[in-house]
Formats: sequence, structure tokens, C-alpha cells
Amino acid sequence: MANFFTENKDLLFQFDRLHLEEIVSILEDDYREAETYNYAPKDYQDALDNYRKVLEIVGDLSANIIAPTAAEVDQEGAHFVDGKVEFASGTKLALEKLSQAELMGFTLPRKYGGLNFPTTIYIMAIEMVSRAEASLMNIFGLQDIAETIRKFGNDEQKDEYLPQFSSGKATGAMALTEPDAGSDLQAVKLQAYQDEEGQWHLRGVKRFITNGSGDILLVLARSEAGTKDGRGLSMFVCYGDDSVKVRRIENKLGIHGSPTCELQFNDTPAELIGKRKFGLIKYVMDLMNGARIGVSAQALGIAQAAYEEALEYAKAREQFGRAIYNIPAVANILIEMRVKLESDRSLMYATSYWVDLRDRLEEKVQRLKEAGKDYSETAARQKHASRIAGLLTPMTKYILTEDANKIAYDSLQIHGGTGYMKEFRIERLVRDARITNIYEGTSQLQIVAAIGGVINDILADHFEEKAKKIYKGNLQPLADHLIHIREIFLDSLKFVTDKNDKYFQDVAAKDLVELYSYLYIGYLLLEEAEIDSHKVFIANRYILNALARARKNADEIKNETFSDLLHADEILL
Amino acid sequence: MAYKILVMVKQVPDTANISGEVMKPDGTVNRGKLPAIFNPEDKVALELALQTKEKYGGTVEAITMGPPKASELLRECLYMGADKTYLISDRKFAGADTLATSYVLAAAIEKLGPYDLIFAGRQAIDGDTAQVGPQTAEKIHLPQITYTEKIIDLKKNKITVQRKIDNGHEILEGRLPLLLTVIKEAAIPRPFKAKRVMAFKNAHSLMELEKIAESNSLLYVDDLKEEYMAQNLFIPTITKDDLDVEQARCGLAGSPTKVHKVESVILGSSDHQKFDPTKEGLGRLIDKLMEDHIFG
Repeated sequence: MANFFTENKDLLFQFDRLHLEEIVSILEDDYREAETYNYAPKDYQDALDNYRKVLEIVGDLSANIIAPTAAEVDQEGAHFVDGKVEFASGTKLALEKLSQAELMGFTLPRKYGGLNFPTTIYIMAIEMVSRAEASLMNIFGLQDIAETIRKFGNDEQKDEYLPQFSSGKATGAMALTEPDAGSDLQAVKLQAYQDEEGQWHLRGVKRFITNGSGDILLVLARSEAGTKDGRGLSMFVCYGDDSVKVRRIENKLGIHGSPTCELQFNDTPAELIGKRKFGLIKYVMDLMNGARIGVSAQALGIAQAAYEEALEYAKAREQFGRAIYNIPAVANILIEMRVKLESDRSLMYATSYWVDLRDRLEEKVQRLKEAGKDYSETAARQKHASRIAGLLTPMTKYILTEDANKIAYDSLQIHGGTGYMKEFRIERLVRDARITNIYEGTSQLQIVAAIGGVINDILADHFEEKAKKIYKGNLQPLADHLIHIREIFLDSLKFVTDKNDKYFQDVAAKDLVELYSYLYIGYLLLEEAEIDSHKVFIANRYILNALARARKNADEIKNETFSDLLHADEILL
Repeated sequence: MAYKILVMVKQVPDTANISGEVMKPDGTVNRGKLPAIFNPEDKVALELALQTKEKYGGTVEAITMGPPKASELLRECLYMGADKTYLISDRKFAGADTLATSYVLAAAIEKLGPYDLIFAGRQAIDGDTAQVGPQTAEKIHLPQITYTEKIIDLKKNKITVQRKIDNGHEILEGRLPLLLTVIKEAAIPRPFKAKRVMAFKNAHSLMELEKIAESNSLLYVDDLKEEYMAQNLFIPTITKDDLDVEQARCGLAGSPTKVHKVESVILGSSDHQKFDPTKEGLGRLIDKLMEDHIFG
């Protein structure tokens, strides 16, 4: 039987490389959960075995139930009938099976019906589901909504909402965007007010809300009348009842299975989540960070699917008397795709590790605080993990979603004219990929989010340590290239900071973030190459490419390619 | 009312997915290399049994006869939602045809029962006989409905079933206790439940515990059995000594079916013709197929 987990060698490679000992130990409260739940692990090995077995279920469902419906879901799409949103029948079937398999509360605590898994394992599941049918991720991958309630809601709210998510009875939506508040969420206008009894109500319009027809909605709203910026916004939770009217659903380029709704809130009763005025500055940021790694995994899944299509087609398609796979120019494209795919996956799971560590250490600090114990050391480590996750999350989203588009593009190219036809899967994948580098923050915004960490060179110690290491035989030249890229980066960074020009820095940020990513990914691949001979090829191609690109990035900065921005009005006729 | 339901299941070689690796040079299949899977129609039977339990109340147990390896299959039954499973396993049962198999199954069911409903897949993909379900029903003197495609209703001890027949279906009523064989279109088997997989992955049959005990001189099988039973992880295991059966009617000795001849049929064509994927090409292809009486 096909299985997107057991048959994906590279995903298995990453799974086998996981070092989640500390993360799982905190998550399982030193394995004390096993005393209460017969499905909780007794030790780390037991936990890993659980993760593997559950990922096998996801791999099975993805390959055998979800993937076969993808074309139909794309064609049928979520549709809008009599003011109600209906999922495509394939989407309904997939959600039914995922619920039956108890996979809708991946990271939620067991007491709320969840599996209490680390984020990293959830991300692996998202990758597989997205490979099968990208738009399903927008429902399956919205478990972060429940996570937000778990992190910031009160006990009554958790008891009320979380079990509905984990049982699959309810799906959620995060209602943030408005017609005039997209990337700039500070401009959110939707009004939250309290009646005489103190009950909150929501009134106004939200737009482009993924799965806006969901049962439980997290809504960013202006609770402080008269304010204009992010500090007047709070987070609310409400049911998508009759007072929430779906005005329309969008007719989109891709991800047709996921309904994108315009919502009108008509004095909808709602509950405040967490503290007033913290809506945007704390909770949305948290929610978005979770969603960003989710979308990165979605992009990775699409990329995997697109790669598989290209490889299969290239081997089957004969031209000039041979399979086009044997034509060097085609083989080269395939290798480029494969190297992107595997390097992206390395970055994905390195990032999810730091995200997991950040969140788990935060829980540990909380526990130590409650027990009246010293938490200073844990808090310091948490802060460190938080900074790294804060850099890697947007960097990953930027690179993986852009690469997914490129891989899908190349895959279609390998298909030639055939790939442009609706009958072939790649046509859908190209469309589905296109949203990933837009929603949950465009690529340009990911650069903005990442540049702070890059300018402060927060991984300096990490790179220094890696540079000191001696790598096995044929890998040392690659390590030397990375040292050289590091020099190029520092040189470019100095150029930008010396210039002390905010305008220039904004444009150069893309080059700097890319330079930084070559280093981080380069060292990841180098380490993998030390233990796996296949990865030597990946590291080699990646690092040689990175060196060439690093020179280009540096040239762009130092040649002041962007100086003509000052003449934009003259150029842009 | 709470129905006591039993499902008969079998582990089979995955004959539907024969890849190059399992073909021997002479064109026959190396069964040892085929992965062992849940017989598809048995899985549907379990699904239908679980749906019946969910809708009308009761418990679902699963039973299989096979080598110790068949414990895997029973764990899968637990993953899907079976309340309890039984393994019938003994070297003395090996080599059984459908007659000897149904003889042992019937004896085990009489020992474990009575059951209100017994489900079985219509047939297994390795033998394709569709005999074990009906033979078992005969031996334990139960009425049977074969080719079930839908359970329409279940009230007290009366069941209404839609069964498939050539060119349509018929609706039958039956009185419980009763045995049903189920076709693959009857239901889509549910996936394994994540929590049950984690909870029951260590469920073991007696033979598996014996193996664990053999590999570690500090462990005794009786202690292990007790420990596993306490954790609800023991798969009750039935051997010949547990049943009131005659050896002459079990296993190879009790199997009158003899394989007369095995023929290796290699499908292949000596020549091929190519047609262009154009309207004209397709026209010529269809003409050719009609000419050869493949289309008519």
C-alpha cells in the first residue's frame, strides 16, 4: 500500500535524525502522563515509536484516501449555497477519516482529547496531508487556532472549545484580515463592545478568511473605541452562529477546497481571550508564527508532489528516441528540484525543533514558577530559543514557499505543453503553490520579520562553532566554501550598516537574509552529508549554488544596484 | 439491547500488489516475499460490525486462525476499535483447507459464544473460495446471509439486510443469531485510531510472549501473561488443547482438498501495434479491436 510516510525516504531520514528528548520530556511531564493515559509514552523511545506509528496512519490516509480526491476537490471546490458554505465531497471524506483516526488534536493536551505531540511531528503530518491535497491543510493545519486558545484562554474556554477541535466536531478560522487591513493589521476596524451585562459583542466585516465558515472563530477586533493602532486591538473567540453571515466566498486561482470567506459579524456574542489590548501584539503574533511554519510545511508538501510528478513524467516521456530523463538539461532541472526539496526539508525540521524548544521551555518556566523553584537558567535558554525560532520561522517561510513555486514551475516545464493541461496534476500544484508565499505574510514581510536577527547576527556563535569543525575528506572543501560565504555575508552586512540608510537597508534585506540562509542550511546539509552518502550530493550542489548566489547577493548590495530606487518615478512610466 | 458481535478475519498475502521483486524467474509468485495484509473484505466486515455496534449497541470481538504472525492482524482489529480479539494458533491446525478451518473455527466459536451476530468477509484474496463463512455457519447451525452490502435495520432479534445478487439486490430478514458475509462495497474501513494504536501496539498473543520469554532467561511466560493481562494487553490464544476437536479433522489431515496441478500462466503478447493518439488513430484502433472480436 502506498504510504506518504514510509515511502518517503527523505522524510524518514529527517524523522530518524530528530533529537526531541528534552522537548518530549517536558511535554510528557517526565513521562508522568503515562500513569493516567494508556496511550501516553513511558519513555522517549516509546514516544518516538508512537510518533512513527501515528505518522504511518497519516501517510496511509494521505496516499490512499486524500490524494485520490485531490483533482475532484480542485474541480468541485468549496461552494456557497443559500448562504452556507459546503465543502467539496472529497474534503468531507478526508475530514471524516482524519477525525476517525483521532488526528484533529495533534498538539493539544490529552485532557482535551488531543495527542499531546510535539509541533515537529504535527509539521510532518501537515507536510504529508498537503502533498496529498494542499487545500486540506487549510483545515487540518488550522489546529494552531486551538493552540492559541490553549495558550491564552482561561480554563472555562479551554474546556468549552478544545475538545470540539480534537474530536473533529468543530473546525476553526482565524478572522484577522479586513478589506483595509491586510499586511497592516494595525488598521483593523471590526468593533468589539460590551453591553450592560458586560457581554462582549462583535460588529463589522472580515475578508479573505480561510475556512471562515468554521464553527469556532478567533477574531481580532478593536476593543478600545477611538484608538487607531495595534494597541487598541484584542482577541476574541466566538461561535460561527447565525449572527455571523458569510457574505460570499472567493473564486480563487488555487486551493479550491478551502473556502475563503467574507464574514459579517452582526453583534455576535464573543469572549475575550487573554488580556485586553494584547490581541495583535501578543496573540496574533503567536498565532501567525504557528501558521507560518504550517504554511511552510504546506509548501514543502506541494513541492514534494510536484517533484514526484516531474520525475515520473520524465522517466515515462520519450522524445528523440529516449526518455527525457536522460537528456542532460532535463536531468539537471530534476537535480536542482531535488536539492531544493531536501535542503528545504532540512531547514523545515531544524526550525520546527527550535519552535518546539521555545514553546516547551516556556511551559517549563511556567511550571518552575508555579512550584516556587529557580527558573532563571531555563528562562535564559527559553529566551535564546525564542530568538532563534523568531529568525528561522520567517526565513523558512520565505525560502520554502518561494522554492515550492519554483519546483512546481520547473515540474510543469518538464511536462512541456502537457503540463499546461487540466488533466495533469502539475497544473493544479502550480496554482496551489502560488498562495503559499502570499498568505500568513508575504515573502516580503518574512524578510522584514527575519532581517532583525540577521543584522544582529544572532547565529554568529553557531556559525563560528561549525566553522571550527573538521569535516570528513571530501566535505572539507564545502566547509571552506561556507567559511567564504560567511566572509561575504559579514562584508555585505558591514557595507549595509556603514551606509546607515534605512531605505537602502530595506531593499538589501532580501540579499542579507538569503546570505544568512545559505550558511544555516549549508551547515545542516554538511552534517547530514557526514552520516549519509546520498546527502553528499545534496550538500555539494547546494553549497556550490550558494556560493555563486552569495556573490550575486553581495554584488547587488555593493554595486548599489538599488540606488535607482530614488528615480522610481522616472523609471516606472 | 447490547449485541454480542464476532468478526472472523484473516491475514493474507497482498496478491493485489505484486511487484517485480516478488516474481520468481519461472513466473510464479514468491508468497513469502509478499507483505501480509488484512484481507480486504474482512476489514470491511469489521467496519460494518463496528458501525452496527455504534448504531445499535454491543461489543465487537475479532477472531482469526493462523500462524503466530497473525497476531499483527488482531492488533489492527484493536486499532480500528474491536473490544477483544482471539488468536487460534497451533501447529496441529496448519495446512487446513476450508473444511478443516471452519471445523476449528466453529469449535472455537461454540466455546467462546454464543454470539448474536457473526460477520465475515465474503472471501479471502489468497484462496477466493468464499467457503469459510458459510461452512462455519452450517457447523454451528446458524442461518446465514451472504453477499451483504447493507444492514438496513436491526430490531431486537430481527435483522434486515440488503444483499447483492446478479443484476441487483434483494432485501432479506433474518432472525438472530445469524452469520453474515460481507462484500467490499458495503463500507469504507475506518483508519486506525491514533490513540488505540498507541494503547494497543504492545498487545501480544501467547506465542509472542513465549518468544519474548525465550529471548530473555529472566522472564517467564506465565508472569508475562499475567502482566499483560493486567494491562489489558493480552490477546487470548486458543490452541488445540483448548478445544474439543478431533486431530483427524484438523489441519492437513482434515483437509480433503488436494491441489491437483499448479500452472504458471504468463500473460504476454508476441507483437504489438502502435496507434497515434489522434482521432484517426483511435478510429483505427477501434476497428482493429472489433475485427479481433475484443469489442463487439
